[in-house]
Amino acid sequence: MYLYDDFDKTLVDERVNEFRDQVKRRLSGELTEEEFKSLRLMNGVYLQLHAYMLRIAIPYGTLSSEQMRMLAHVARRYDRNYGHFTTRQNIQFNWIKLDELPDAMADLASVKMHAMQTSGNCIRNITTDQWAGVAPDEIEDARVWGEILRQWSTLHPEFSFLPRKFKIAITAASHDRAAVKVHDIGLRLHKNGAGEAGFEVMVGGGLGRTAFIGKTIRPFLPKRDLLSYVEAILRVYNQFGRRDNIYKARIKILVHEIGAEAFGREVEAEWEKIKDGALALDPKAIAEIASRFRYPDYERLADEPAELKAGLAADARFDTWFKNSVWRHKVPGYAIVTLSLKPEGGPPGDATAEQMDAIADLADRYSANEIRVGHEQNLVLPHVRQRDLPELWRALDSIGVATPNVNLVSDIISCPGLDYCALANTRSIPVAQELTRRFRDLDLARGLGRLHINISGCINACGHHHVGHIGILGVEKNGEEYFQLTIGGRADEKAEVGALLGPAVPYDDVVDTVEDIVAAYLELRERPDELFIDTVKRIGVEPFQERVYATR
Amino acid sequence: MPLVKGGRIVEDSYQRVLDDAPVPDRIPVIVPAARLLADADDLARRGGVTGVLWPNDRRIAELAPHLHKLALVALVFPKFKDGRAYSQARQLREQYGWRGELRATGEILRDQFMFLERAGFDSFEVKKEADAEAFVEATRRFSVFYQPTGDGRATALRARLARASSATPIAREREQVR
Amino acid sequence: MTSPLQQKLKINGPVMVTANRLGDGAVIYRTAAGEWTTEIAAAAIATTADHAKTLLAAATADYVRAVDPYVAPVEFTADRRVLPGNLREKIRFAGPTIALPGA
Ligand code: SF4
Repeated sequence: MYLYDDFDKTLVDERVNEFRDQVKRRLSGELTEEEFKSLRLMNGVYLQLHAYMLRIAIPYGTLSSEQMRMLAHVARRYDRNYGHFTTRQNIQFNWIKLDELPDAMADLASVKMHAMQTSGNCIRNITTDQWAGVAPDEIEDARVWGEILRQWSTLHPEFSFLPRKFKIAITAASHDRAAVKVHDIGLRLHKNGAGEAGFEVMVGGGLGRTAFIGKTIRPFLPKRDLLSYVEAILRVYNQFGRRDNIYKARIKILVHEIGAEAFGREVEAEWEKIKDGALALDPKAIAEIASRFRYPDYERLADEPAELKAGLAADARFDTWFKNSVWRHKVPGYAIVTLSLKPEGGPPGDATAEQMDAIADLADRYSANEIRVGHEQNLVLPHVRQRDLPELWRALDSIGVATPNVNLVSDIISCPGLDYCALANTRSIPVAQELTRRFRDLDLARGLGRLHINISGCINACGHHHVGHIGILGVEKNGEEYFQLTIGGRADEKAEVGALLGPAVPYDDVVDTVEDIVAAYLELRERPDELFIDTVKRIGVEPFQERVYATR
Repeated sequence: MPLVKGGRIVEDSYQRVLDDAPVPDRIPVIVPAARLLADADDLARRGGVTGVLWPNDRRIAELAPHLHKLALVALVFPKFKDGRAYSQARQLREQYGWRGELRATGEILRDQFMFLERAGFDSFEVKKEADAEAFVEATRRFSVFYQPTGDGRATALRARLARASSATPIAREREQVR
Repeated sequence: MTSPLQQKLKINGPVMVTANRLGDGAVIYRTAAGEWTTEIAAAAIATTADHAKTLLAAATADYVRAVDPYVAPVEFTADRRVLPGNLREKIRFAGPTIALPGA
């Protein structure tokens, strides 16, 4: 858990006051919508089809139980009793009123939460591995760097009016759970030959209309230089990123147009001028931030305690869930537990106020008051004693967040689509819902192994369709909803953009088509343990095309 | 358009000179970039201070050799949303050591004042009268700053460290020296 | 921003002008009397581009009550009731097509 102090609190309060004044000026007509829009966006306020939407930051995916309860309160008091966890460690409320927003934000500020820079052309919420601090495969807690970057980027005077939005993600583990290669800046913390930790810096990754995988412009950056280097990147982008065409304004286009090498040279030249300035991080400064990350007082426990073994032997459903949703923790006797927000027939990533409250209580009892949010739109309890797992499971099961489908075909990432979003071409939630029904047989799903389906309702790619093992993109054809399918995308350390399977299919056929893709995979895989993504890699798209489109 | 300087609305002593118009003697003028680059020496001999209106898509490095002949640099925000000149301002102040007047022109609204000030601007051609009047209020809205810029405001991090080290008198002294 | 009067506006069928209410974002429709309503039945219907432009221009000028007005297609039922003319407008009119979790 990160402890905010009075400085952080003051800033969040001051921001609420500023926004209250901005809303007042808009409601009185002093501000036009054009003027107000970029102000409200910088405070995470969108206008969707039916209402305003508020997007609240969950920096590096860490929530306290107290904060989770406040989210439940906001859902009840200002919204319609639920919220939607997004792919970027944010939560969205879909029915909020502009005239009540300042009050909602003040309530959030009381637990040091805010919506700063969750939208708009600025540096967005810094994201990281939802297992940071507890993952066995990490070299250190990446959230410390998330916090350093969060502070640096918050209300940055130079970078609040960038050509376009800007997303930064960090990983410190060998397995990338933060999708750093599809971010504007991806940072991978690793050790060099001398055993010193530093960052590989990647730029120009991103999805949207043109998808790119990030390119490395510096294989190893010492920790002290992180802020000055990132500031140099942003300064080059702020000045030279395109502003003439919204679809070409992301940094990936600049990097693509001038080339990663030339871009890197510009950055290095700028960095030379500022690297020894005020942004250089001395060990004292780093230690100050790190010291405010608090970890539970772990008990000395052994792995696989008797209570767990007994539970596994006694209940096959528990056993299934355990195998699917529980991971090894850094500390013996503890476990990392994923809560699936993908129940059969449910909208991916949604949680009701009642569920939020219940999860907060469970976090208090079983996870040192801490909850995490991952980019797959699931939640995590990061510090669970293994001996508590049977009890915890029963509680999770009773509130509907123990579907044992994590990383399986029905663990679908989906954007809100045309049911909410003003930019959408098509709906995406009903497609996800129908897929979870079609693949409700969990034995079959387990037989398929890891398989990620990602759905976006338009080319903006909020549902990360390019990097789904199966990607579904909504397009419009003559006023009808159509869907393009891609296969072979992935978002991890081997990130790749999926390849187009063939012509778009109409709404009524999209779920059948996915089923055909899955059937083709079962036929084409070499062995039962060859994953979908590996089969596609091995044989390419064509064998899938032949089979899927043979009958269409 | 009201001009704000030192927190107050003031008279603008500069005259804008368009592309080919003759430059009046002994009057402070602001000339376009092309004009400065073409007639820099003539302008300097004119007996009246000179400012330049520098576009936001030209590098500051190009302007640098002429800075010593100038009293004012005006940078442009053609749209509220176009933030290129923030970077130019910081480069001017923090890398080229510009100490003269740095003016923000274009679509300047109250919600940018603090950012502009932090980037190094010290005069502001404000679009709306009401915003110009609210200048002081708008720039005092925040008391906590997370990132260092050339404006000298202490960052939250340094303030925290200072507070932590103020436990010992020697450390406090060192903090003051810095 | 180009004023709506200068924008090219092609319509192929009856249209209305719709927007979101400033205070709460609710879906609203422009009436013939220059008011806003949440009742689609009371929306002013235009069948010519000129009429649609006039409606839109007045609606756009009313930026204190409504956000980002635009022209949207309508359909009529057999008994001449007004219905939204495309999927997006249908969803704006009737709400999300899915069951809401918090209900
Ligand atoms: S991908 Fe498109 S439809 Fe989906 S939320 Fe993003 S903008 Fe809306």
